[in-house]
Amino acid sequence: MAAGAAISPMTAETAEELAGQEFAGIVESHRPQIFRFLLASTRDIDLAETLTQECFLKAHRNWARFRGESTAMTWLMRIAINLQKDHWRNRRLQFWRHTRTNAVDIDEASEWLPSGERTVEQRMLAREQVEQVWKAVEGLSERQRTVFLLRYVEEQELSDIAQSTGLSEGTVKAHLSRALGKVRAELGASYEKRRSAKSGA
Amino acid sequence: MKSGDRQNPELETLADPLLEQALGNFRQSVHAWSKAAYERPRTAAPIAVHRGWRLAASWALGCVLAAGSLTGALYKYHHRQVIEKTSVAQARRSQQLAVQQSRTNDDEDLLANVDSDISRDVPAAMEPLAQLMESSGDQ
Repeated sequence: MAAGAAISPMTAETAEELAGQEFAGIVESHRPQIFRFLLASTRDIDLAETLTQECFLKAHRNWARFRGESTAMTWLMRIAINLQKDHWRNRRLQFWRHTRTNAVDIDEASEWLPSGERTVEQRMLAREQVEQVWKAVEGLSERQRTVFLLRYVEEQELSDIAQSTGLSEGTVKAHLSRALGKVRAELGASYEKRRSAKSGA
Repeated sequence: MKSGDRQNPELETLADPLLEQALGNFRQSVHAWSKAAYERPRTAAPIAVHRGWRLAASWALGCVLAAGSLTGALYKYHHRQVIEKTSVAQARRSQQLAVQQSRTNDDEDLLANVDSDISRDVPAAMEPLAQLMESSGDQ
């Protein structure tokens, strides 16, 4: 076969089709993770679904501009973080925000327990711990919460978190440290309470 | 813990097994919740409700517009009829006035003709009689 025939130029339609296939693959592999992050950030299933849709819609529109300087996941997470920020900023301006929220409370969110063979006591302990971590997360600032969830729920590397949030690694570490301090304080307070209750009994 | 460890979250977590356990439980709990929410069946019922509302609203708006345009057309028709009636009455009145005026003009002309026809010079033989009638009239 002649060399000229083997390297035939790619038409615009073929390139578009390939890009579409590539994007479809990315949606399939990353969608659950983006949804999970948004669900943990908002505690609202409907809102998380809507923001996930918007995230992929935005990504699809800008897919041609994605240069691959970071991973697709980092890029998508950055879009998701910005969408979530915009949502909270807009909600602050809405006077009816209290009536429109569908976010579940901490009790309901803590009902989801890790699966596996556990004793009743272990399950109770796990539920209590999950509830305390949720309480601590609720008290975090927006940035601290984002960094905390990316690290301890999505298990992302510090460098990836820095890229997604647009912060330096040092700042990410500082936010994580403060967030962990609050979680530890919440856990400590609860254990102190339980210990004093046991000793009293 | 060293002061430098305070800024390293990894070391902080490793140093506290309780914290590590709590974070692990939290992660697994969020993963389980997210998996269940992601895989739940989705219904399209709310969309149908929205469509129903939209349909009703568009029907109501259409009815209001139709009623408005009909009322407007009727009002315009009635208004035009009133104007036509008024103008016809006015024309009739002015015609009557013209006829009346022409009649009075005719009477005046007739009387003037009668006057001119009747008033003649008194013959000389009748002058003493005419003077007598004038003087008796004065008295």
